Amino acid sequence: MPKPIEIRTSPHLKRAISVDRIMRNVVFALLPICAFSVFQFGLSALLLLLTTTGVAIATEWFFARTSGRGNTVSDWSVVITGILLALTLPPGFPLWMAAVAAFIGVALGKALFGGLGYNVMNPALVGRAFVQAAFPVAITTWTPAFAPGRFTEVIPSTFTLPFMQPIPVKDWIAGLQLDAWTGATPLALQKFQHIELPVTDVFTGMIAGSAGETSAALILICGLWLASKRMLDWRIPAAVMAGAALTTLPFWLMDASLYPSPWFVLFSGGLMLGAWFMASDMVASPVTTSGVIVYGLFIGSLTVVIRLFGGLVEGIMYAILLANALGPLIMSWTQPRVYGAVGKGRGE
Amino acid sequence: MSLFSLFQRPRTFEHGIYPVEHKELTADKPIRRLPFAPELAIPLAQHKGAPAVPLVKVGQEVVRGEPIARAEGFVSVPMHAPATGVIRAIALTPTADGPKTQAIFLKVYEAASQEVLYDLERDLDAMTPEEIVAAVQDAGLVGLGGGAFPSHVKMKPPAGKLIETVIVNGCECEPYLTCDHRIMLEQSDALIRGIKLALKATGAKRAIIGVEDNKLDAVAHLRAVIPKGLPITAEAVETKYPQGAEKMLIKSLLRKEVPVGGLPADIGVAVYNVGTLAQMGDLLPKGRGLIERVVTVSGPALANPGNFMVPIGTPLRFLLAQVGLAADRVGEVILGGPMMGMAVASLDVPVTKAVSGVVALEREDPDLERRKVYPCIKCAECLKACPVSLNPSMLGELAIARQYARMAEEFNLNQCFECGCCAYVCPSNIPLTQYFRIAKSINRDQRK
Repeated sequence: MPKPIEIRTSPHLKRAISVDRIMRNVVFALLPICAFSVFQFGLSALLLLLTTTGVAIATEWFFARTSGRGNTVSDWSVVITGILLALTLPPGFPLWMAAVAAFIGVALGKALFGGLGYNVMNPALVGRAFVQAAFPVAITTWTPAFAPGRFTEVIPSTFTLPFMQPIPVKDWIAGLQLDAWTGATPLALQKFQHIELPVTDVFTGMIAGSAGETSAALILICGLWLASKRMLDWRIPAAVMAGAALTTLPFWLMDASLYPSPWFVLFSGGLMLGAWFMASDMVASPVTTSGVIVYGLFIGSLTVVIRLFGGLVEGIMYAILLANALGPLIMSWTQPRVYGAVGKGRGE
Repeated sequence: MSLFSLFQRPRTFEHGIYPVEHKELTADKPIRRLPFAPELAIPLAQHKGAPAVPLVKVGQEVVRGEPIARAEGFVSVPMHAPATGVIRAIALTPTADGPKTQAIFLKVYEAASQEVLYDLERDLDAMTPEEIVAAVQDAGLVGLGGGAFPSHVKMKPPAGKLIETVIVNGCECEPYLTCDHRIMLEQSDALIRGIKLALKATGAKRAIIGVEDNKLDAVAHLRAVIPKGLPITAEAVETKYPQGAEKMLIKSLLRKEVPVGGLPADIGVAVYNVGTLAQMGDLLPKGRGLIERVVTVSGPALANPGNFMVPIGTPLRFLLAQVGLAADRVGEVILGGPMMGMAVASLDVPVTKAVSGVVALEREDPDLERRKVYPCIKCAECLKACPVSLNPSMLGELAIARQYARMAEEFNLNQCFECGCCAYVCPSNIPLTQYFRIAKSINRDQRK
């Protein structure tokens, strides 16, 4: 006997795409950046990545289970959170603090709101903001890139005992006998001593900084690949970069010895990683076409304002978190003009 | 072709989607006739407006082409006997819409001729616009693109409105369907006759045939056969779903928008499907009624898909048997195209005037596999797909929160014409289109 025919509602066709596939592709896009980070900072960076990703997954699993939402780890979104968090931390960041950041990010930044799709802010940045406030010393302790022996030994501060102050790295760095090490990232050098590193070094990432934010070139390539697969809205990073460059320009023209050049602003610090992989977080960014432009310009502009005039060296994190919070407001201003609407707007 | 035209982007509308077309299955299959089904079921309400009223009694013999039901009022059309035979019953038949509806059951005589024996010669040139409108109603013509709105009603715009342009819709943007493509290639003489009638009846100054650029052979053919001196042009538009939606095609061709809550007549436009006008050009000179239509029967569950001239009232079971339905493989059987068409619950449903296609999808079709529904991740794909620029993401959230009134008042729910683009692109597999259908129907009930 033939089986009965099926009935569904239209449309009866569906594009072959799903949330887990998008999220998986974001993870793939981040892997080269992770690999470069490990190549640059060695074992410590690897352990940092594993710790944040592992804790993030465990936290997601625990809260999804206790709140009866089933297995939500399989949508892969929490893996992105874990990886992104590690990439924004200093390579020698104590692992126990990284675990705290991952837990807070997923628990307070995501699970509290109801999980994937409901979070207002980017969970990785929520975690990072927490540890920035809680561990101000550790989060600004930088170690040199391409330290000899980085694949055989870890940075001493990595294995700080839980609830202890980070182990000082000064003596360890001195032991490396690097000539040019000043203990500062390119951003700090520029801000406090007005020394601008060559833009090629900053662009390719042959510098110190957070574990995964140093190579602007690599981030750009990975981001463009994701955008070409339509899994990232290129308008957001484009608007962030435009906002940052345009805000810097007048100051740089006024006094180039004091203020950084637009390209230095674009390629230094966390701006690239933030623009391509964190501001573009689908859940926490506006959905309207003109809304994403406003949102991106706001982030880029605010980042520069914080960098130039704030107490902090880097501003992308707070700029994105603030823009995330403004998202619903931006959306209500930028509702699309409906076909055939008479009066205001473009069209007939 | 001038050098300039190489750099010209095809005419189009904003947003929309590019589903796989699957038109190669039937695009080069000429329109064929099939034997009559042993029994036809002709529903009395297969058009928008008042149902027709039967003129025949059970046991009465009818001749192919003879009127069997009359129109009830202006927004209604008559029915004609699609075959020679005897009326077996006037009873309920299943339909795709769900509820059963009254239909005339016609037992077809064996060896009944396909020749139409019911003729009334007319001189088209001598007819006044009013006479054409009346003749179109007498022919039982409705929008054959799927709308099934009585064609003569659109020829009489509301008082004070002037029709300037007749748009002839040959887009056929639904995947699988190719019947309009074949009509443009094979019935162009009747089509041009129909366009001339529509121009005369509406008083419009010009007609534009809009065809998606996946059918450039049809555009070239029409341009070659349109007689010199007639204000009729054939234009290619971008192949993009839902290009064939009235509002989208108007925007693509004229860069004008139908105002919210208004009709094409408000901006001086009347839109007719190519199949409707081809039938008009074929039927009116002989005073005949609509008794058959071209239907694309296609899909992966069929052995011999093709385009067929199908008598109105033919049960799907008979039609599908003619083209080799793989009964063990078939999943859904859809009337119309797979984007907006309706899946039938029974193969006893008859082909009506609105059925442009019958698509049989496979059970194992990966496209149909039930996928996991995730929460909305605000990817904004639906906003970029919606041809009327709604915010389906927001509307979906409101539907889940059951704020149906707010959906209509603040987010223009009533502009949604259920094209299915949002649900098609949604990576979270949220059944947005169905949510909106439900919301609209609840809002309608609330108003009552």
